[in-house]
Amino acid sequence: MTDEMNDAPESPKRYGRGIFLVTVAGGVSSLAWGRSLWGRVSHSVSPIASELAPFLPKGGWRIYTVTGSLPTFDRVTWRLKIGGLVETPVSLSYDELRALPRANQISTFHCVTGWTVQNVRWGGVRLSDVFAHANPLSQAHALQFVSAEVPYVDYLTLGQSQLRDVMLAYEMDGKPLPQEHGAPLRLIIPEMYGYKNVKWLKGINLVGAAGDGYWEQLGYDRDAWVGRSNGYTSEQAPPPTPTASSYKGFVTR
Amino acid sequence: MTRYRRRFSRTERAFHWVNALAFFILLGTGLALYLPSLSILVARRPLMKDIHFWTGVGWIPALLLVAVLGDRGGLLRTARDLDGFDAYDVRWLRLGRPAPQGRFNAGQKVNASLNAALIVLFLVSGLLLWLGERDTRFRFASTVLLHDGVMYVALALLVGHMYLAVIHPATRHALRGITLGTVSEEWAQRHHPRWIDRGD
Repeated sequence: MTDEMNDAPESPKRYGRGIFLVTVAGGVSSLAWGRSLWGRVSHSVSPIASELAPFLPKGGWRIYTVTGSLPTFDRVTWRLKIGGLVETPVSLSYDELRALPRANQISTFHCVTGWTVQNVRWGGVRLSDVFAHANPLSQAHALQFVSAEVPYVDYLTLGQSQLRDVMLAYEMDGKPLPQEHGAPLRLIIPEMYGYKNVKWLKGINLVGAAGDGYWEQLGYDRDAWVGRSNGYTSEQAPPPTPTASSYKGFVTR
Repeated sequence: MTRYRRRFSRTERAFHWVNALAFFILLGTGLALYLPSLSILVARRPLMKDIHFWTGVGWIPALLLVAVLGDRGGLLRTARDLDGFDAYDVRWLRLGRPAPQGRFNAGQKVNASLNAALIVLFLVSGLLLWLGERDTRFRFASTVLLHDGVMYVALALLVGHMYLAVIHPATRHALRGITLGTVSEEWAQRHHPRWIDRGD
């Protein structure tokens, strides 16, 4: 083993750069195949994932905020204000909200960035019950949802807001809505991506037409149908098309 | 008296620790953004996001700066050393077939190449996440998955690296090399005999 530098049996193979290039190529190309592969294997690794659950984002949730801190909830001072194009503006305390007819549903939450949380158990109220005493005016054709996280707002048309599983949720998976999920109240519209599901809801205004919400002003689609917007083409059944177009759905008289 | 031999130059050590610092800043701020429990604990989310973003953007330039200001030739020689796998390295990688190793063993070489690739993948997926918030053309369904996946792989490599560098009795002497620059002749003879034989 003398003078290896000059007399080596063969020059070293450049495997290092090979490992580097293969890893980079595999990673970058996974942008194209990663999600569909994950969709196929995720249930087979979910037993492992549930073992690791305490260390992982709870149930696959990611928390997004657009401002400095998470809005805090004070049960005594919190109000949900219903205003805009209504006969009677309404201000509901948390206890008044909880006294309204309760609705429960299990629905799947899709984020536009690609993650999904299956079968979330929501408890809350239907919009029609919230609007029962406000009496929307006939020129109201859309709803503006106002978050305590200023300047986050988003809109639904009346038709969209009347889909059967649209709700205002104050409970998630059997517990009061956690702060990071929008305590005490958030909008749920399972047919649309998460950014339409406004968190830390503090007001709903009836307006003449839907405008651009926070993310729509940054280029995201106003009608954020899951699988049919923001560049996605549907891999699943198309969402129900809303038909109602008047305020009448909210009138319970 | 123990005799020591220089294993890492100041440039190499600076390169390693700048990389480690960037990684730990990114890991800490990233987890604060990623884990719900931490995201409540650390309420200053935009600050975390800014630190995460700018550390990520500055990661490769900081490493390049170390190279430019330091001993570039030495770093290049080290890179070439890490790139090349000879017959001994290939034999070493098949577990249970011990083979005398040079200045870096084959595991360290694989680790170095993987880490270099992971930096690139972190940067690509991170930039896509950032751009995707601003322009939907840069939004892909798998970007989050890639960024997370790379994080888990990097974390696994880190755990192995830390175990060998700090805990495992046979190998932890190497920590001296990356902090003080020198390792004992006797340890080097046992773990990296062909480096000693070569006399560089």
